[in-house]
Amino acid sequence: MTSIISIQKLSKTYASGLKALKNINLDIKRGEIFALLGPNGAGKTTLISTICGITNPTTGKITVAGFDVEKEFRKTRSLIGLVPQELTNNAFETVWATVNFSRGLFGKKPNPQLIESILRDLTLWDKRNDKIMMLSGGMKRRVLIAKALSHEPQILFLDEPTAGVDVNLRKDMWNIVRRLRDSGVTIILTTHYIEEAEEMADRIGIINNGELILTEDKEKLMSKLGKKRLTLHLIKPIDKIPQQLSAHHLERSPDGCALIYTYDKRGRRTGITTLLQDLAASNIHFQDLETKQSSLEEIFVSLVKD
Amino acid sequence: MNFQAVRSIYIFEMARTWRTIGQSVISPVISTSLYFVVFGAALGSRITEIDGVSYGAFIVPGLVMLSLLTQSISNASFGIFFPKFSGTIYELHSAPISYIEIVLGYVGAAATKSIIIGCIILLTASFFVPLQIAHPFWMIAFLLLTSITFSLFGFIIGIWADGFEKLQIVPLLIITPLTFLGGTFYSINMLPPFWQTVSLANPVVYLVSGFRWSFYEISDVNVGLSFSITLLFMFACLVVIWWIFKTGYRIKS
Ligand SMILES: Nc1ncnc2c1ncn2[C@@H]1O[C@H](COP(=O)(O)OP(=O)(O)O)[C@@H](O)[C@H]1O
Ligand SMILES: [Mg+2]
Repeated sequence: MTSIISIQKLSKTYASGLKALKNINLDIKRGEIFALLGPNGAGKTTLISTICGITNPTTGKITVAGFDVEKEFRKTRSLIGLVPQELTNNAFETVWATVNFSRGLFGKKPNPQLIESILRDLTLWDKRNDKIMMLSGGMKRRVLIAKALSHEPQILFLDEPTAGVDVNLRKDMWNIVRRLRDSGVTIILTTHYIEEAEEMADRIGIINNGELILTEDKEKLMSKLGKKRLTLHLIKPIDKIPQQLSAHHLERSPDGCALIYTYDKRGRRTGITTLLQDLAASNIHFQDLETKQSSLEEIFVSLVKD
Repeated sequence: MNFQAVRSIYIFEMARTWRTIGQSVISPVISTSLYFVVFGAALGSRITEIDGVSYGAFIVPGLVMLSLLTQSISNASFGIFFPKFSGTIYELHSAPISYIEIVLGYVGAAATKSIIIGCIILLTASFFVPLQIAHPFWMIAFLLLTSITFSLFGFIIGIWADGFEKLQIVPLLIITPLTFLGGTFYSINMLPPFWQTVSLANPVVYLVSGFRWSFYEISDVNVGLSFSITLLFMFACLVVIWWIFKTGYRIKS
């Protein structure tokens, strides 16, 4: 696969002096679904905005389909559809007017059939004559998607598409995303939910504090990161972990009231059965247990430490 | 050049105008009628004629100018302020358009609306006083030039403003006084010499005077000068707009 977006040595410093992006190098392949994963304030929106032309890069170079986003912005921007993070809408306009406006803004001749099919796909057709302010949050998000798709982009950016979105829309959205991908559209989405990246993406990039920490195929990354923790709350505190349990690499909580076991949930054998048998054999009893997915926070900590 | 985009912005903005057509048209018609009642009837009985023109007819060009200025500024400033305020401006930035399309779309729509309102005021006025237009070509030229120039000016204000107060403040604090002191309701020749000189620093004087000349061939200042000053102001606005988009002032980070 060839790359459709190429970012080289990109940095962005806002007028406030804040360094939002630090020396980003990234290639997005044509036709893939790329998830940009990172906590709030990591620089995801800034990165997208710089590719789309909403903010100017401080240094570095971005090309889209081989064209420079600054010098040949007419070519690059007409390839891109953007669904922004914020629900920004012309409250007083109708759905129909605002979606057709977007298409015209991108230099495309009116095409009512196409707009109709986009609105039907997004179950917005019945609402086409409603003013946007009358719509619910989920419906407003759909309108933004319809606007982004109205000019038939080859690249679609979805900035935190599922923030504050109900289950139905989430399902619909992923169906639309898959269908678009099947038709050859490259999709870049941002999220701070690891599950979302896991469900959708072909490749994942992790961004933190303005730095792209790593980019990796999803499968590889998930096997690296798909760790879970099992916490066992003991009935009686223990001073130290018995010798016969050393093979399990347990951690003891500082107060000795809990044991923590880390395992790979993707592995065929998690080792939990043997652990529990060995515990019983060592006469250690517990009153409760819980398991937890390693959180993104922990992943970052572990990545930054490496 | 992306003409489709200009067309889209223009149509979108004009749709906003048609939606609010009631208030857009009714209020200038009412206020114009009020000016005629108050100034025309009350003052008109005292000032019967200025330079051979009845007072009622004399104030018509000034009234039209007054509306053109305030309408152009408020239409254009609101037109671009609103996307900035609501955040929908992201779409303008991410679209394959340059500032030329943006300005043509927004300023074109704002100017169109003020011209429509200017014509409605002329029509209203014609019910009160007999109108004559000596130089229709120049009348239209001034009408267009003023609407476009002050729509450009309004566009600048819309970008500069970061709140609704600022959006109001320039028209209220600068334009309205300048218009009232700009010979809308009187000839500046009626002022004492000192104030006549001061008035010459007021750009609105040139607009009103030139516009009035196209109706009645009477003017406070030379027509060529009127036209040149207006052109100069338009040019200044264009330079500022060019600078705004070059630097991204208040619209792009
Ligand atoms: N227009 C701006 N001016 C100054 N700082 C900004 C601006 N936009 C975002 N930032 C800052 O840049 C950093 C990255 O923000 P953002 O790209 O929105 O992160 P994310 O989308 O990953 O949550 C944050 O610290 C944010 O406060
Ligand atoms: Mg963001």
